[in-house]
Amino acid sequence: MSGIVRSEPFTLNIGPQHPSTHGVFRVKVTVDGEKIVDAEMVMGYLHRAMEKLAEERTYTQNIPFTDRADYLSSMSNNLGYVLAVEKLAGIQVPPRGNAIRVIMAELQRIANHCMAAGTFINDTGAWQTPVMWTFREREKIIDLFEMTSGARLTCNYMRIGGVAFDLPREFEPRARQLLEGLPGFFDEFEGLLVQNEIFLARTRGVGVVPPETAINASLSGPMLRASGVAWDIRKADPYCGYENYDFQIPLGYQGDSFDRFLVRIEEMRQSARIIGQALDGLPGGPHSTQVPLALRPPAGDAYARVEGPKGELGYYIVSDEGPSPYRFHIRAPSFINLSVLKEMVVGGTVADAVVSLGSIDIVIGEVDR
Amino acid sequence: MAPPVLVTDHWYDFRDLGNLSSRLLESLADVLPQGAVYVLAAVIGFVASFVIFVLPSQLFVGVYGERKLIARVQSRYGPNRVGPFGLLQPIADTIKLMQKEALTPKSADRALMYAAPALFVAPCVLLFAVIPFGPNMVFADTSVSLLFYVAISALPVISAFIAGWSHNNKYSVFGSVRMVAMAISYEVPLVLGLLGIVLFTGTLSLQGITIWQKELDIWLVVLQPIALAIFFIGVSAELNRTPTDIAEAESEIVAGYLTEYSGMKWGLFYGMDIGYALAASAFAATVFLGGWTLFGLERWVPPWIIFIGKTHLFYALFIWTRGTLPRLRIDQLMGFAWKFMLPLALVNLVMVATERMFWVEQAADDSVVYVFALVNIVAAGALVYAWSRILGYRPEDYPTKARLVETAGGYVPIESAKGGAQ
Repeated sequence: MSGIVRSEPFTLNIGPQHPSTHGVFRVKVTVDGEKIVDAEMVMGYLHRAMEKLAEERTYTQNIPFTDRADYLSSMSNNLGYVLAVEKLAGIQVPPRGNAIRVIMAELQRIANHCMAAGTFINDTGAWQTPVMWTFREREKIIDLFEMTSGARLTCNYMRIGGVAFDLPREFEPRARQLLEGLPGFFDEFEGLLVQNEIFLARTRGVGVVPPETAINASLSGPMLRASGVAWDIRKADPYCGYENYDFQIPLGYQGDSFDRFLVRIEEMRQSARIIGQALDGLPGGPHSTQVPLALRPPAGDAYARVEGPKGELGYYIVSDEGPSPYRFHIRAPSFINLSVLKEMVVGGTVADAVVSLGSIDIVIGEVDR
Repeated sequence: MAPPVLVTDHWYDFRDLGNLSSRLLESLADVLPQGAVYVLAAVIGFVASFVIFVLPSQLFVGVYGERKLIARVQSRYGPNRVGPFGLLQPIADTIKLMQKEALTPKSADRALMYAAPALFVAPCVLLFAVIPFGPNMVFADTSVSLLFYVAISALPVISAFIAGWSHNNKYSVFGSVRMVAMAISYEVPLVLGLLGIVLFTGTLSLQGITIWQKELDIWLVVLQPIALAIFFIGVSAELNRTPTDIAEAESEIVAGYLTEYSGMKWGLFYGMDIGYALAASAFAATVFLGGWTLFGLERWVPPWIIFIGKTHLFYALFIWTRGTLPRLRIDQLMGFAWKFMLPLALVNLVMVATERMFWVEQAADDSVVYVFALVNIVAAGALVYAWSRILGYRPEDYPTKARLVETAGGYVPIESAKGGAQ
């Protein structure tokens, strides 16, 4: 039959403007019918020279930049950056500041995973319903951010030596109210999807990343954990007092898109647990230490990493005793997690490629910086 | 089979608007030249079905209802700004669409691109000619109207293919090839499913099927649950409704064969997609839900209102699935048609043939259909369950929760931490 019907591969550009590339990202796929035989990633459409610009601004002025890297989880980005500067300058953060940071980072993780899980199911073809449901919950978290920092998306809340403002009085009751509702939402959301035959058919065994590949490609976050590798910076290299909280690391089974979904849902549960503990044991005292406005850290370099919602979020800063960093580098988890996309999609169909890309949870602002 | 006349056949009896139009045409037949009355009848039929039923349904059920219902599924309000309860939103949408520029890409085949929307609209108009709205309210009461419906409803695939091909766009070609492949696959089980209906009722006329259901006081949905399921999934696939909207899969191939259309050219496709779905709902309401009958109530309530209600009820199913289900992949969808629906349709056909044989040979009483209904419903459940098991449906084998570990380390093999346990 193959002698009669001849087919030849052709090139299809998915992106830069495409409904499911989550921004301006392009995959040049060579397809034979519906099957992908080759894929080439083209990125850089959103490059804003963030790392270079940071060399011209003071340490404090750089915090808003980090908001714009991964604009869906600005709190975590702030946290990674200020931790790096504090490490470089040897600044201690008061316990209340640390606890508030943990609360914010974990709220941000839930907000990010809501977005990731929702858009992922949107990519499998559900017509906006899951994303609306998760946005409903995310909205409550964004309201808490607005209450605390004044901004909803790009919060710019962490400061070197602590956080910008103390928690407002109405924060705790609202946060507790949110925590009461969240587990029910997670159960409902999961219950609707994990037994859905269409969802299972679309995601199980799609975009499989074996543990060896995941480790070799330096993946992190839910991508790595879905492959069955127990790795979490909060456990392995605790910061902000994460060693004092009781939580578990969720793991996947075979590293497919479905496992990444399961891991994200479970991570949201664990985050809710951490927030509850942090609210219970919220210490008094100042929320921040006094730091000179024109901070000049001693010469040297520092790398600080946090477990961001998307993976290991690292900031590398070199100081030459000047008011601004000599070198500023972001280890962006989205960018590194995206590097296995080719392995995930080649051999599958176009529909699978979209699901695989959706399961990575990328933010182009962070990929291109 | 002569349709039963209602209480009266006066022209002013609004319970059946067919009385009015037939009286009008009869009196005009003497005045007008030979044959002109047929043209006039066609115009009246078209205007009546479109003005009374199709257009308002498209606007207020297809656009407004769908947006509102899906909005409630998604915990939103939906349109609520234009007019009372947002009811004028579809009008505003239409005006916006008409004002929009309909772009034609330079590399597109202009003639085909213009022709495709028109070719897409025409069969939809034809479909409503055979749908019985009431005892006399059917424009073309042919004896093969079921066959006519099946044949005509396959036509839009051709114009969708023309549309996809004319754009000179790879996404469009993807969409149109998918559409054709899907339509060919789903046509087979769909027709086989409908064959069961024809065997039972012994007629191909939609009016005849309605009257058969009226006389036995039983809807074919309880006699033929498998056929209804197959019909619903089959037309979902042919009409590109979720979960089988892979020809327009937004997250994969942007908008499939509609990618380059804009303005009212796109609007025609969109509107007529709803039109075809309405036609399918009307067909399903006729064949499976008893058409314009409602257990004697059609004497008091105008039958066409009953019929429109049933159609909209069935259409709500399309909206519901659209709001709740993700989309299948094309190979899974084709596999489903050939491996699942086709065998089920064949088994269903054998079952129906046996029952019909028994009914006729044994000269059994008509009440035997209630036994058939019970048998068929039980058999449908058992068959679907058994066949999906045979095909490897094992939901309980899949993990539903991530496993949890306490400490960070390296790779954790699956055996050492199973299920949700630590």
